[in-house]
Amino acid sequence: MPTRRLTWVSRGAAVLRKDLRIEFRTRYAYSALVMFAVTTLVTVSFSVGSFGLENDIAAALLWIILFFSAMAGLARTFVQEEETGTVTALKMAAEPEPVYLGKLFFNIFLIFSLAILTVPLFLVMLNLRVVSVYSFLLVVILGCLGLAGASTILAAIVSKAGAKGSLLTVLAFPILLPLLIGAINATRSAMSGVTPEIIRPDLHLLLFYNGMAIVASLLLFEYVWNE
Amino acid sequence: MIWQIILGVWMTAVILASFLYVPPAVGLGEMGRILIYHVPSAWIAVLAYLMAMVNSVSYLRKGDIRLDRQAQVNAELGTVFCILATVTGSIWSKGSWGMYWNWDPRQTSIAVLLMIYAAYFVLRGSIEDSDRRARLSAVYAILAFLTVPFLVFIVPRIYASLHPDYIGRGKMQIDRRMLQVFLASLAGFTGLYAWIYQVQVRLENLLYKQAMKREA
Repeated sequence: MPTRRLTWVSRGAAVLRKDLRIEFRTRYAYSALVMFAVTTLVTVSFSVGSFGLENDIAAALLWIILFFSAMAGLARTFVQEEETGTVTALKMAAEPEPVYLGKLFFNIFLIFSLAILTVPLFLVMLNLRVVSVYSFLLVVILGCLGLAGASTILAAIVSKAGAKGSLLTVLAFPILLPLLIGAINATRSAMSGVTPEIIRPDLHLLLFYNGMAIVASLLLFEYVWNE
Repeated sequence: MIWQIILGVWMTAVILASFLYVPPAVGLGEMGRILIYHVPSAWIAVLAYLMAMVNSVSYLRKGDIRLDRQAQVNAELGTVFCILATVTGSIWSKGSWGMYWNWDPRQTSIAVLLMIYAAYFVLRGSIEDSDRRARLSAVYAILAFLTVPFLVFIVPRIYASLHPDYIGRGKMQIDRRMLQVFLASLAGFTGLYAWIYQVQVRLENLLYKQAMKREA
């Protein structure tokens, strides 16, 4: 019987299943993400109090919370491999690209489960109203994809550099800034409710950024992973 | 040696000409002269960052540690010229918009560019092993350079910027004498970059050789 030819994606899915299983045993990365997000959210909501926030500020705050929470948890998946010494086994078991895809899927999963919790809570606690709901959802989805897409390879770099405390935030912030500028602007537009023509350039920016980040990471990951 | 002398005379002539030969620009007055220094600095910054990325790509392909040092020198030079472009830009901004810094999309993008390469040097500083440092920082340099088009071309186009922008927007209205000196300055800056680059790479190679000798 010929061996089954698995594609990168299905092998990546196998890596994802492994990571999910490990994550559900300890729930370390997820708790770190969620606790960070909830803490900042409560702080923001508490300090804002009963003042109504302008959409400009609310959009910026939302992305600041998402960005820093993501930074708190996304490096975990690679750092944990280094710490438990399972890197070599994973290297033997899979090629670099499926490993990257698996970790990317895992980070996307993490950040979406974070966003599902944080974004509604943010809207409720700060008493905000979103006018264009679909555009808003699209922006959040694309923005979260971008956060995961660009920071996965940076997380790999950080884990190889010895996982020094805040290195991921330092490395990721400038690279993610074009994405954040686009996402904040689009979120503000979606919350105030504008015609699709106005929000479209921002969505294009987010889309192209995502494509660029994921393709470039896929090509470069081999050099980070193999030594 | 002869080239350095020519470069020195050339740059002196450009500086003199920018104040004596070029007439005040229409609409900008005396402030227009800063164009002769600002734009070439920005051009060299982008050129050096581009070269840093090219060096990084060829390092990943060939694995020659010398290419890593070249990438480092290029990133350093890019940062120096980027700072020059930022400073001259904010002087111009003070003169024509009334504020040194007002988060115009163009200023935002150049500030982010500086932060990206600052992060690059942080990353380099955090890794001991030279091969690992070379490889990881090469990957980061490539990723970083890929965001440059977003910052330099896309973001200032989407969000209204006050920065004059002539690339791909029809013919620019510019004085003939201004154009002559501007092009001369562009050539002078490029020569200056090539010279500093050569000296720096030689210095880095010698330092590396010395370190190797000390270890042996």
